[in-house]
Amino acid sequence: MRLTCPHCGPRDRREFYYYGASEYLNRPGPEAAPDAWDSYLHLRDNPAGVTQDLWYHEQGCTAWLKVTRNTVTHEILAVEAVAGGTK
Amino acid sequence: MPDLIAKPALGTMPLNLGQIVLTEAPMLETHSIQPYPGQEKAVSKALKEIGLAFPKPNTWLEKAGLRIVWTGREQAFLLGGVPPAGMPAAVTDQSDGWVTLTLEGPGARDVLARLVPLDLRHVKKGDAARSGLGHMPLILITEAPDSFRLMTFRSMARTAWHEIHDAMTKVEARRAAS
Ligand SMILES: [Zn+2]
Repeated sequence: MRLTCPHCGPRDRREFYYYGASEYLNRPGPEAAPDAWDSYLHLRDNPAGVTQDLWYHEQGCTAWLKVTRNTVTHEILAVEAVAGGTK
Repeated sequence: MPDLIAKPALGTMPLNLGQIVLTEAPMLETHSIQPYPGQEKAVSKALKEIGLAFPKPNTWLEKAGLRIVWTGREQAFLLGGVPPAGMPAAVTDQSDGWVTLTLEGPGARDVLARLVPLDLRHVKKGDAARSGLGHMPLILITEAPDSFRLMTFRSMARTAWHEIHDAMTKVEARRAAS
């Protein structure tokens, strides 16, 4: 498996650390109801198809990346830097 | 104030196997430069003072013995000197944190292929990569297609040397047997 880092180019899977669903980017506000926190922390879809998750380019540029991929075909559809800038 | 004497991480002789040579490079003054958000252009402008610019990802630049290497997202290392003062960037002296090895000669890429998860078939002078050497962090600086500088954490210098030595032995054994 390879991910094309927007900074570093195509890189081997072993350079990356998997974090979890891209839901983690949508942290509820401090006043949010317990339901929102429950959903944020625990409720996940498990799609057979397109999914989005967060990967860390640990042995590379150290950017957090949002990866869109297909769990059925193993296709990598997009890799985007979470923080702005591409340098 | 006592006089502090900079010592090399290894202090070993170069290792020659076949036509491949592994050497511990002299220590260079090493500064990390991390532009504050949105300040990359301003930092690049400030670096003009020493004839350099902030390098593009996966590249390095050189001017009058000073080298600047892209080392990660919004980070570059200046090697061999001191950055201009007052840049809008976080600047830290990391000279004592890194060891630099050189690996040269026909077959150098075959050695790296055993340890580094990069396709090095088309590398050229001016390329730089942040990657891994086995499980160790790596800044790989290409000087020529068969000539590399490898930077890793100084605390891992002996392990890096050992692993590269091991890979060199295997590459050389294959060459001798073929
Ligand atoms: Zn990267």
